[in-house]
Amino acid sequence: MSSVQEMNPRVRGIRATVSLQSLAARLTEEIMQGAKKPFKKVTDVSSGDPQRAGMSPISFVRQVLAVCLYPQLLKEKSLPLDVRQRAQKLLGSCGGGSVGSYSKTSCGIPHVHKSVAEFITRRDGGVSSHPENIIFSSGSQKTLSLVLHLMASGEGETQTGVLTPVPCPHTLPMLLDETGVALMPYQLMEGRGWALDLDELHQALKTARGRCEPRAIYISNPGNPTGHVQDRKTMEEVIRFAATEGLVLLAEEVYQDSVFGQGREFLSYKKVLFEMGKKYSETVELISFNSISSASMGECGLRGGYMEVINMDPAVNNYLRSMQGTSSPPVLPQLALEVMVNPPSPGDPSYETYTQEIRRTLTTLSQNAQRACEFLNDLPGMNCQPAMAGVFLYPSLHLPPQMIEEAKMLGVEADVLYCQRFLEEEGVCLGSGCENGQEDQNYHIRLCVLAPPATLEEVLARLRSFHLLQLGRFP
Amino acid sequence: MKQLEYVVLARRASQIMEELRKGARKPYSEVIDVSWGDPHRAGVKPLSFVRQVLAACLYPELVNSNKLPVDVRQRAQRLLGQCAGGSIGSYTATAGIAEIVHRVSEFITRRDGGAPSHPENIFISAGSQWALQNILKVLVNSKSSPKTGVLTPVPCHCTTTLSIMGLGAVVIPYYLSEEQGWELQVEELDRALESAKGVCNPVALYVINPGNPSGGKISPEQRTPKYIFVSKNMYHMVVFHAMLPVGHIQRRKSIQEVIRFVSEKKLFLLADEVYQGCVYGEKSEFISYKRVLAEMGPPLSDTVELASFHSASKGFMGECGMRGGYVELINLDPDVMKYIYKLFSKDSCAPVLGQIALDLMINPPQPGDPSYPLYNVETQNIRTMLVHNVKRAFEVVNSLPGFCCQPVEGGAFAFPRLHLPPKAIQKAKEVGLQPDTFYCIRLLEEAGVLISPGCEYGQKEGTHHIRFCIMTSEVMMEELLRRLTCFHTQFMKDFS
Repeated sequence: MSSVQEMNPRVRGIRATVSLQSLAARLTEEIMQGAKKPFKKVTDVSSGDPQRAGMSPISFVRQVLAVCLYPQLLKEKSLPLDVRQRAQKLLGSCGGGSVGSYSKTSCGIPHVHKSVAEFITRRDGGVSSHPENIIFSSGSQKTLSLVLHLMASGEGETQTGVLTPVPCPHTLPMLLDETGVALMPYQLMEGRGWALDLDELHQALKTARGRCEPRAIYISNPGNPTGHVQDRKTMEEVIRFAATEGLVLLAEEVYQDSVFGQGREFLSYKKVLFEMGKKYSETVELISFNSISSASMGECGLRGGYMEVINMDPAVNNYLRSMQGTSSPPVLPQLALEVMVNPPSPGDPSYETYTQEIRRTLTTLSQNAQRACEFLNDLPGMNCQPAMAGVFLYPSLHLPPQMIEEAKMLGVEADVLYCQRFLEEEGVCLGSGCENGQEDQNYHIRLCVLAPPATLEEVLARLRSFHLLQLGRFP
Repeated sequence: MKQLEYVVLARRASQIMEELRKGARKPYSEVIDVSWGDPHRAGVKPLSFVRQVLAACLYPELVNSNKLPVDVRQRAQRLLGQCAGGSIGSYTATAGIAEIVHRVSEFITRRDGGAPSHPENIFISAGSQWALQNILKVLVNSKSSPKTGVLTPVPCHCTTTLSIMGLGAVVIPYYLSEEQGWELQVEELDRALESAKGVCNPVALYVINPGNPSGGKISPEQRTPKYIFVSKNMYHMVVFHAMLPVGHIQRRKSIQEVIRFVSEKKLFLLADEVYQGCVYGEKSEFISYKRVLAEMGPPLSDTVELASFHSASKGFMGECGMRGGYVELINLDPDVMKYIYKLFSKDSCAPVLGQIALDLMINPPQPGDPSYPLYNVETQNIRTMLVHNVKRAFEVVNSLPGFCCQPVEGGAFAFPRLHLPPKAIQKAKEVGLQPDTFYCIRLLEEAGVLISPGCEYGQKEGTHHIRFCIMTSEVMMEELLRRLTCFHTQFMKDFS
């Protein structure tokens, strides 16, 4: 195979991504080599990566992991007792007492499955969860990819399709392309804080049926990047819809720990499903995804996630478990997950610190989200829906027609051009809305607001000055 | 649904372990599991330096304390400085932390006697299999007719065959020659390629060096998918998964022949070199495919498309749980490289700790560093242990009637041939098991030793093998061999 023509056509078909990462890397390189720029370093707020932006990890998590890695620390008195005890317990669940062994089963360490199942049961007010339904991998994207792989088949009109929200998490479209699944969009209602609208869903399905074989509906709740938290009524409607239309529900719930909106509460799809009675709870096929890249943990670099599989044919469950065999899930992230779902309890030595750290993170997030939203709404040509959860803000951009023209001539989307310029001139990397999906000419930008407040202020200040300049440039 | 050999054994092993836990009386008090390439599970200790640095990266407070040696703290500090936000919790660049990627390329250059290696050609991934899958994704067109084919050794670890088939391609088996110590013979490659004519479209050759022994024909049932599911909304195929066999190290001449072969037949070369750290045959030396290719000069060195894989899971580090590996790509079209980048970027990045483990593997402490003495002692111990284990396994197994073991020069497993008495084969048939699986089940039940049967990897029709990991503590190896001897003697008597 020596040319692109001979490559696997499906890989060739993966949509072009906008990624500004390489531009950001180049700028960083230039600065390291002494180039003078109006900024000292590149600040990347395009992904949900709080630690990149300077937020601290949770001490208890890191301490336990460090001890698991280097068990000599079990004797280290300066580390809290509960840290050492937890590490000991977790090491006991690893082959040969080492985190260097493969996980006992290809789906992960059984002890951790159990802890996750218990966490889910507690969270959902007693709706029971079974360890055999829980499967790990290195990040929720990977588990989703396994599921999509299973569903994918056909081409053209028979190609598998997934109803996908617009906007959706920015890594999703590429994943669908790569697994050969068609993205069938359903618009979220921007004017209503990005709420989901059932009529729109029905319409989208109808359109989809003409083009492919829809098999699933993907939901992100709390929404990524919208920050919207669905209410029970909507969730029940979605469940009924999925049941009637025979669709699998794929519920991405990574930001469940970060609800800060007033009067809002996270409900899991599983819980709502089970509270709708046997007619639904025993039939609707649901897969829920979660990961340690959540707001409070922010451990994106550790790469750990899981999915809970509900009401699937046991053969499918078996398949998912065995497909993991080609890449054993890493051990440390599973341990981090165990700590996430099973934190220190009141009375434990680490409890105070742990609770404070979580509270501080969520307070920062809530304050930042509010501050940034107000700030952005003050800028002409920007309109930001308030977020209720999650780590992103996703304001819409009204760009001057000349900029749109210029972008067209350069062969890029206007919001990409905007972000490129912003990065070059101010050293801040935002995400462009076209990665998340948007209607034609309805532009957006995406920024992660979970960062130290000073960092956020700087990002906002630079954004204002750049934005006004753009508008000034094109009156 | 046909049962997987491995699943049958693993399940029974779990049951037995549970029974032991509940106090059941058996002729053994614990099960020895040497069915995986997982040294830590088998009692080998991790390297202190590696764990100290990783711990300090995880919990940087340790960097400032004097509980850890200076070079550990310096290394951790340096690595953390490479991470966004100074934390291993952040995403990294898709191909891996830039400085680590650079150091990987330097390692490769050093290893290959100066043959240059470029960072842009290197991708760090969560384990070498993950990188292999991404490359296969580019090569395999699941919709083509005829199907894409990949030449694959027999025996072979099924993770690869599973990946190939899972992507919709076919495996074209080539048999390694057991009698010649599992050598790869080019005539056999020719034969295999011929056999593919009209059946599939071969695009690549997969080799693994140091090897996993292969050899023998694979019967059709062993190569077809084991499960087909249909459910309301999903249907797909699943293939079994298993592991690598034993250690042959290719000689330079053989590598050259393979390179000429792929060049002539226009095949993409996939070189799985994860066991390059485990070489202990006295006259054997690992030479990488890249090095041989570079030394063969143009036009071959500029045209043969090669992907070389390595990982932190094997070798003396044995950090399988960390998931750190990389692939180096040679002579690929730059446009194709862009797509490969896209595939890797789908998962954001490799786990950061795995990347760090990789860095520690290729840049260990040097003489003069504070950690060097301990590091040296620990690695020497592991090496001595391995050499000892290999020798003992070879001696003991070959002394048992019915066993024939080829010398192990590298890798982590022994893959002896087992000549089973006709009565045993008959009995196996009666209970519906492959003969070597039958042997393994009996060994598990009666002696508490879990190994894998050769049928899991493919073997010549009518031959049988067993496979077990030799990267264990010496004590465990002795115990393993003792139990095996005892069991085997009895087994052969029972079925004579």
